[in-house]
Amino acid sequence: MPIFLLNRLLQAIGVLIAVAFFAFLLFQYVGDPVLFVLGQDATPEQVKALRAALGLDQSFLIQFQRFLFNAAQGEFGLSLRQGTKVSKLIAERLPATLELALVAAALALLVGIPMGVYAALRRTHFSAQVLMTISLLGVSLPTFLIGILLILLFSVTLGWLPSFGRGDTVALGGWSTGLLSASGWQHIALPAITLAIFQLTLIMRLVRAEMLEVLRTDFIRFARARGLSTRAIHFGHALRNTLVPAMTITGLQLGGLIAFAIITETVFQWPGMGLLFIQAVSFADVPVMAAYLCLVSLIFVTINLIVDVLYVLVDPRIRIDRSTP
Amino acid sequence: MSLLEVKDLVVEFPSRRGVLRALDGISFTIEKGEILGVVGESGAGKSLTGAAIIGLLDPPGRIASGQIRLNGERIDQLPEAALRSIRGRRIGAVFQDPLASLDPLYSVGAQLIETIRTHLPLDPNAARLRAIALLEETGIPAASQRIDHFPHQFSGGMRQRVVIALALAAEPQLIIADEPTTALDVSIQAQVIGLLKRICRDRGAAVMLITHDMGVIAETCDRVAVMYAGRIVEVGPVQDVIHSPAHPYTAGLMACIPDLETDRERLAQIEGAMPRLDAIPNGCAFHPRCPRALPRCAVDRPELLAGGATQAACWLLAS
Amino acid sequence: MNALRRWLDTDLAYSLRQSPLAMGAALVAFICLFCAVFAGWVAPQDPFDLATLELADARQPPIWLEGGSAKYWLGTDDQGRDILSAVIYGARISLIVGLSSVLLSMVIGVALGLVSGFLGGWIDAALMRLCDVMLSFPAILVALLIAGVGRALFPQAHTSVAFGVLITSITLTGWVQYARTVRGSTLIERDKEYVQAARLIGVSPMRILRRHILPNVLGPVLVLGTIQVATAILTEATLSFLGVGVPPTSPSLGTLIRIGNDYLFSGEWWITVFPGAMLVLIALSTNLLGDWLRDALNPRLR
Repeated sequence: MPIFLLNRLLQAIGVLIAVAFFAFLLFQYVGDPVLFVLGQDATPEQVKALRAALGLDQSFLIQFQRFLFNAAQGEFGLSLRQGTKVSKLIAERLPATLELALVAAALALLVGIPMGVYAALRRTHFSAQVLMTISLLGVSLPTFLIGILLILLFSVTLGWLPSFGRGDTVALGGWSTGLLSASGWQHIALPAITLAIFQLTLIMRLVRAEMLEVLRTDFIRFARARGLSTRAIHFGHALRNTLVPAMTITGLQLGGLIAFAIITETVFQWPGMGLLFIQAVSFADVPVMAAYLCLVSLIFVTINLIVDVLYVLVDPRIRIDRSTP
Repeated sequence: MSLLEVKDLVVEFPSRRGVLRALDGISFTIEKGEILGVVGESGAGKSLTGAAIIGLLDPPGRIASGQIRLNGERIDQLPEAALRSIRGRRIGAVFQDPLASLDPLYSVGAQLIETIRTHLPLDPNAARLRAIALLEETGIPAASQRIDHFPHQFSGGMRQRVVIALALAAEPQLIIADEPTTALDVSIQAQVIGLLKRICRDRGAAVMLITHDMGVIAETCDRVAVMYAGRIVEVGPVQDVIHSPAHPYTAGLMACIPDLETDRERLAQIEGAMPRLDAIPNGCAFHPRCPRALPRCAVDRPELLAGGATQAACWLLAS
Repeated sequence: MNALRRWLDTDLAYSLRQSPLAMGAALVAFICLFCAVFAGWVAPQDPFDLATLELADARQPPIWLEGGSAKYWLGTDDQGRDILSAVIYGARISLIVGLSSVLLSMVIGVALGLVSGFLGGWIDAALMRLCDVMLSFPAILVALLIAGVGRALFPQAHTSVAFGVLITSITLTGWVQYARTVRGSTLIERDKEYVQAARLIGVSPMRILRRHILPNVLGPVLVLGTIQVATAILTEATLSFLGVGVPPTSPSLGTLIRIGNDYLFSGEWWITVFPGAMLVLIALSTNLLGDWLRDALNPRLR
């Protein structure tokens, strides 16, 4: 078991380095790296001095090393668009995105999984078919459109919920949270729902498909042949066997929330990293793009690792060696 | 009164090409404590018969007509809840693939105790002791440790023993064993069959042993029923069916088995193949392949007629 | 005619007839495709011809509301453009981008999958690693990145360059699935005897790939393609909505939605809702078709 995890860890580091390499290429060859560090208003002397200091005449490998070193410390120079340090910008925006992602993830899981189970157990029932049709809609509606429609309904027509910004936030150390105020919750409601819907439908369809597969297996058949109660079969055996593989895919999907947040933040003007990234893309602000890329891949890789560890803990086939006498 | 009585059982599958009759009027009985073998080619309907008896037909299959009686009471039309109390407690089942039969996420003991406590009013400790005893009885060494192991930690033969223990956990009177040894190594097959035979004899439980392996039938069963295209073509005591088969199909089957004693140049086989469910011939289903077919065989479907010690559905016995 | 009759009798056609939903979806998809291809004839007005716009007609509501007129069935936007025409032309752009990127990613993915599966060795290992890495990143992120890089590299984006960057970014997010599926099938087919026999006789690998292996792997590729059309169209719409997709001179449905978004609070909801509805219609019908196709071609469910 530890070997398996070690393998994954090495893979993860490999991916991180690969992504950092890509970011490095961006830095070096798309636009001017000196400008990235100094900003747009640098004088020619500053540029010359920095070019020498940065060792831009040194070998590719050494430059990459330096980049990696800086990146590991979160140092990506200055934003082309705003002139401030990239690391500072990202640190400011990170809490907003993470909170949004966490609330959306919780929503997607707490609603998606039970709905998927229901749709599998009551497969032929009318309500289940309705659910499946609605879920198809959820996959066919792009996230931004869902956001717009929600705004149209709840903000413009009904006037119940606000449609932009974070509301009142409370600062906890370096972290600013919107979850401690009523206005914060009101503001996070629509964005979180928007972000969650796509994942929710995916999770629901996945859980349903997986559960239907499990219900057809021989061990469920044998469990029925032993006269076990429906409850024991469905929730003891079938559900457990559904969640274990579904968990992996779900975990990976949830990592995607960070990326989808880009869209949601744009629609709702949510002051998070995603909005920052979009602005960077429109402006070709390479340092911010590179930094975002590295950070996001770090988050993904971490989520993947956590999922792998969870899988090992939960599935006895992997946890316990086969060769017990 | 027989333990199990099946009368004119018809199982149908509605499909795109019309309604298919997978079982066409099956009738047989199983007495208390006897071992009945059900043998036939793949697709003859053997497993379906077993599934129909415990009400585990996969939809859209359904019992169209006929009766199934357990100890005289009808069980073919019971609601699901009543069927659940019969399954495991009065009729147990053993399926083909032991690895697929066990939930990989639960220990063997957990699954045993769950089954025991579903049917018998025992507290967890008593159930656990009983589970250990069952494992020991089925020949699992170091049962009190292995009870907490997971299915993937057992070898194939051991797993099937666990499955047999699970089937017997609630002391049923009848065990339906559907190809219990097909997925096992030949060397293990004998052990498992021997176990099944012994443990059922000890408990006085009857067994319906479904298989395509005549050797297993010969070794284990008291009586045997031969199935063809969803019908029973011959039924009778094992030695009689094997050594003096009354039905041409059975005779053909016996001839197919290579004989170590006599010299033969070619393997015998029955010409043709079993008909598909949507193309079953009129009259006797076997007549197109039968070397001794009469004109009547293409028109009238034969009932089971007495022919010596066995019964066979063949017009040859009607004279 | 005979061929049609024969096809109607196949399992596939039977399955289609069994599912009114799939038939409806196919019909809707066909209509959308038709409108988009023949946009010039179908749309009442060319919304991009500035000469035909009348600013005085701006911000008119749809025909069934007060203030609407028969000239503009779905109302007009802030520049007097007929929404119905804008939607039809926008759908055409969305479909062009979507279909071409799916086609391109299919070609690339299938080619790479065939090569990878057939040759094996380190090429195969490297490619699969790449696929794993790419799959672990959400498509939208990859697309955004490529769009961003494109912008940085070509700051004065010409229309065709912008389209090229857009199609490239969507293509590069889609090829992975095809590559993996085709590689899997290729690995299976490669070890079959008829392929080994062909190699022995000296048939060139290209020919083997083309004539023997390719036909066997096309089924799942087709299903993937249909499902991916919806994804591609939605990705394009998202990118255009975010402002990094099609150039502003050729607005797709996503661009239209973005423009309309500004008018939500002033009450002119139709500017954004109708393009949105069209987008959903296209995506939904393609998704339904893809679902049906997958179930119909799945041997296990038959």
